[in-house]
Amino acid sequence: MKHIVKILSLLVAISAFWIGLLQAAIIPRSHTWLLPIYFVVSLGCYGLLMVGIGLMQFPTCPQEAVLLQKDIAEAKDFFKHRGVDVGSN
Amino acid sequence: MADEMENKGEKKFKYSIIIPTYNERLNIAIIVYLIFKHLRDVDFEIIVVDDGSPDGTQEIVKQLQQLYGEDRILLRARAKKLGLGTAYIHGLKHATGDFVVIMDADLSHHPKYLPSFIKKQLETNASIVTGTRYVKGGGVHGWNLMRKLTSRGANVLAQTLLWPGVSDLTGSFRLYKKSVLEDVISSCVSKGYVFQMEMIVRATRKGYHIEEVPITFVDRVFGTSKLGGSEIVEYLKGLVYLLLTT
Repeated sequence: MKHIVKILSLLVAISAFWIGLLQAAIIPRSHTWLLPIYFVVSLGCYGLLMVGIGLMQFPTCPQEAVLLQKDIAEAKDFFKHRGVDVGSN
Repeated sequence: MADEMENKGEKKFKYSIIIPTYNERLNIAIIVYLIFKHLRDVDFEIIVVDDGSPDGTQEIVKQLQQLYGEDRILLRARAKKLGLGTAYIHGLKHATGDFVVIMDADLSHHPKYLPSFIKKQLETNASIVTGTRYVKGGGVHGWNLMRKLTSRGANVLAQTLLWPGVSDLTGSFRLYKKSVLEDVISSCVSKGYVFQMEMIVRATRKGYHIEEVPITFVDRVFGTSKLGGSEIVEYLKGLVYLLLTT
């Protein structure tokens, strides 16, 4: 099944649930009408939260740049007398 | 380790490493050196797909072939810049390994992670092992705050919309079973980094077993912002395309 069909089915299911709530009037109708807005806002907040957390926990590796320079020097040294041209660009 | 495996009667696998290059005259030599350094007991070949680099990359590759052997380093060049997807397809045609590794030539992908890709695949029998920069043990160096923010935002959006099953969608340091790569690549049509996303999303949809290993990524393009407005638009268009067609 294509992914978009899955997502649309999910939305249809949620909508059906919402319409059911409207008709059944378990929650006062004035609240029920606002539910989709709450849903979208919560989704947005959740997204922002995920971005924020991800940003704070973003893994960095400054030591890798140093190690890379070492590797480059090692490689250049290896090639110097082995017929591979490793002069700078 | 090779002797142990032969004694146990286990099959020894061969790995084809495809590296598309364009103007990587210096980096290609270093990357070849590092691959040989980190894959000492592994049967592999390096396939360099050069798109007619004007800086003499191909001459360097030929020198490397003299040193390491033409059976270990294959130069399969093309006349001009023809794009990443077709470079992989071109490399695949000449690959004789059981597995194919794709990686960048600019040293943002470090060959020292190759053993961990191989190990992960052998442990889990995964169809694809993809490198991820975004988990503990991985990381990125050389990105400013704005770049990290864009990356996180893009990732959260992609996760919400696509449920891709991997933490790093745009990464291009991956190991594939050869048949799996052939299958996935034949159904991909995007260009650039959206192509990398399409590959992994289509693989997920097809039900392939995908594993991740942490990798570190040292951005080699210092000072230039690779993420302008047009890139963001391309990305969003790519997301919508993947949302609707996968």
